[in-house]
Amino acid sequence: MSGILEKRKRQIHRKGGQPFDMACEKQSLAGSVSQRACVFCGSRVVLYPIADALHLIHGPVGCAAYTWDIRGALSSGPQLHRMSFTTDLREQDVIHGGEKKLYLCLKELIAYYKPQAAFVYSTCIVGVIGDDVDAVCKRVARETGLTVISVASEGFKGTKKDGYRAACNAIAQLVGTGDTSQVGPLSLNILGDFNIAGETWTIRDYYRRMGVEVVSTITGDGRVNDIRRAHGAKLNVVQCSGSMIHLAKQMQERYGIPYIHVSYFGIQDMSRALYDVAEFFKDSDVLERTRNLVREEIGRVMPELTRYGRDLQGKKAGIYTGGAFKAFSLVESLRLLGVRTTFVGSQTGSPDDYKRLEEFCDEGTIIVDDANTMELVRFAQETNIDLFIGGVKERPVAYKLGIGFCDHNHERKVSLAGFDGMLNFAREVHMSIMSPVWKLVDRRKCLAGSN
Amino acid sequence: MCTPLGATMVFSGIADAVPFLHGSQGCSTYIRRYLISHFREPVDIACSNFGESSVIFGGWENLRIGLQSVIEQYHPRLIGIATTCLAETIGEDIPQMIHRLEREFSADGPILVSVSTPSYQGSHTDGFHRAVKAVVEKLAQAGPKGKHINIFSGMISPEDIRHLKDIFTDFGLEATLLPDYSDALDNGIWSQYEKNIEFGTSIESIRCCGQAQATIEFSSTGDFSTSAGETLLRRFGTPLYALPLPVGVGLSDKFFERLVALSGNTTPARYIGQRNRLIDSYVDGHKYVFGKKAVLYGPADLVAALAIFLNEIGMIPVLCAAGDHKGNLQECLREYLGTNTELITVIEDTDFASIEEKAAGLKPDIIIGDSNGYKMSRSLNVPLVRLGLPVQDRIGASRIAALGYQGTQQLFDRIVNALLEKQQDDSSVGYTHL
Repeated sequence: MSGILEKRKRQIHRKGGQPFDMACEKQSLAGSVSQRACVFCGSRVVLYPIADALHLIHGPVGCAAYTWDIRGALSSGPQLHRMSFTTDLREQDVIHGGEKKLYLCLKELIAYYKPQAAFVYSTCIVGVIGDDVDAVCKRVARETGLTVISVASEGFKGTKKDGYRAACNAIAQLVGTGDTSQVGPLSLNILGDFNIAGETWTIRDYYRRMGVEVVSTITGDGRVNDIRRAHGAKLNVVQCSGSMIHLAKQMQERYGIPYIHVSYFGIQDMSRALYDVAEFFKDSDVLERTRNLVREEIGRVMPELTRYGRDLQGKKAGIYTGGAFKAFSLVESLRLLGVRTTFVGSQTGSPDDYKRLEEFCDEGTIIVDDANTMELVRFAQETNIDLFIGGVKERPVAYKLGIGFCDHNHERKVSLAGFDGMLNFAREVHMSIMSPVWKLVDRRKCLAGSN
Repeated sequence: MCTPLGATMVFSGIADAVPFLHGSQGCSTYIRRYLISHFREPVDIACSNFGESSVIFGGWENLRIGLQSVIEQYHPRLIGIATTCLAETIGEDIPQMIHRLEREFSADGPILVSVSTPSYQGSHTDGFHRAVKAVVEKLAQAGPKGKHINIFSGMISPEDIRHLKDIFTDFGLEATLLPDYSDALDNGIWSQYEKNIEFGTSIESIRCCGQAQATIEFSSTGDFSTSAGETLLRRFGTPLYALPLPVGVGLSDKFFERLVALSGNTTPARYIGQRNRLIDSYVDGHKYVFGKKAVLYGPADLVAALAIFLNEIGMIPVLCAAGDHKGNLQECLREYLGTNTELITVIEDTDFASIEEKAAGLKPDIIIGDSNGYKMSRSLNVPLVRLGLPVQDRIGASRIAALGYQGTQQLFDRIVNALLEKQQDDSSVGYTHL
């Protein structure tokens, strides 16, 4: 593949050619214009939906400004998570240290907003000037009686994935501090769902219909006191490959709670998730209710899906997501609609993820780790896709090339999880590909002419 | 927003240039995301991707590899390097590194311009001005004086940039507008993928900045600490005219008068027509706006110009809040508004919580500023007219105009219509004409 930076070639694989040997989980190559963010971003996105906590970003104003109310994570009650508080470090603070400012900010904000807990995120600069954030958090906790958690999220200390880990460590400090006496035997925690456009509510409702209790949703529409009693649940159901697995493993070690991996995207994966949970509890009533639920839901959404599928047969799509796990569901959902995936990649996939993707995808599919704009453009053009699925940074690139686009990241405002989510997804794929505006776009016109 | 954001916008507006951040990966990604959401265009910003070892041992190796990757991918003629907090705090000696790299790269390697933009020092507008100054300092050369002029407009919309360019053309003035991201951050669909760096102010024209007959710089508050115009005045004796952003009739008149003087031509009929129509619409709408109270926020230069414009149409800018710190916004307003300043609260270096708290007590009729004011607009039930950066909750941020008679016309219409819409929505009768 010409035009690809030499140092990046091992992070790209085309199925069918050489044996699979892909590099990943590396620091991004300098100057490659990676689509990734930083450790801070990883922590911030995971903890963001905990709605009754105070989120204070210890650093210069930029880090807070860029993460202020940018996600579609909904709350059924408090909206405190949508505020992006900052200690707004200035030059003098950098010279003399920011601990005092952090202390004063925490005291003021806690007194004013009365949160259930506080998270303090360290940014790059804090890691360099050497503020003892832990000590300040402990002091404030002592003085206010509130749990104040220091999140070690200095931007340069690894990749976004290390930020997930820091977030899990922060949550782990809350888990195990609440009363679990009321938690029943058929109970679980939802991990790795962020309640984008109410998705956690949808999933929660499925479990309710199955007769399974949800103890804590941890992140999506999260509440501090629910997290405190999460260790009472009998099962952790983990969505999203990277973000929450560390917490699930910690809880398994500490409290002996097993975990399973699921995806709530697409009707196949959604059904599988519910069946996996039902089978775990080995309860015939739950299993029966699950069968009914799945049958009912699929029966309800299939006719409309089939209609879209007729228009979309033979179309091609490219996928680039944050975590790789979501990509499996997307490839499968697109298949259901008659759309073939020509390239698929992620910012933070693991060797296992990519191995599974390679087994799962069609011959010729390009698999990529930590791609940059130029590469994505290249794959999009080379394989002549009709649709790009990615996050907000990929959208204008797709549009510039006259390609339809679906946002499948956390800034979206449309629910894509569950059976209704699949319907929404199909509707969006359909309108993205079938819009008549593409007929006015030169590239598409050229293609039409050459057919 | 933070300082490097402004600097990257400047580098995006120079032809064949690539913006580059020296620091963590997150900084470039966040800034890209922010600008992409505003402009709805691809924005490529490279980064030296500091890891833990770069923080301990310095970022030299990352800078070198990063620049090489950019050269290999984009073949730029200029790379604009803005620092981040991280690089500044660990004490990176960027000028020295650049010196070394320029020797290391071949003779036809890119020009390297660096600007110091730690986030903890100033706001995004400061970063913007510093970058313009850094580019001019690096490129401007002495030479025989020409007839052309320089224009350093500050952070304005692509639509306003296009309008300014039309005005200069119609005056017969050759003008170097720096930066010019009107194409780079607002262009059509591509038939082929382009690297999207060919748009913007040409490097050659920036080299000629030192030979211009004059510089016009939009700066309402007259802050010259980061002024490229002041640099040219000092180094080449290029006369500098600092004017407030031309919003409204009075401030646009000042701008057009200056162009008349510099070009030796009279104002083209087209603009006289625009001016006449604008005043005519002021008359048509005067009762809708008189005495109406507005909350303004944004960079001090913009807030000052808007306040002067609102005063001109009989509105009261009851709260003028600047995100940056100039220290003389109050004074600047007094000069233009006279005793009306007594009705105005001015705050600098503030945040949205404070603005909302103050605004609530002032019972405003309208709010003018970027999308970040939406929360306040919603909770106070006061309409928001979107202007500035970011505008991420509406389409067309690039096409928002405010400058000159024509831009003011668009802004005036939007303000009046927002007030009328509110009046209509609140009315129990719901008249169809107002």
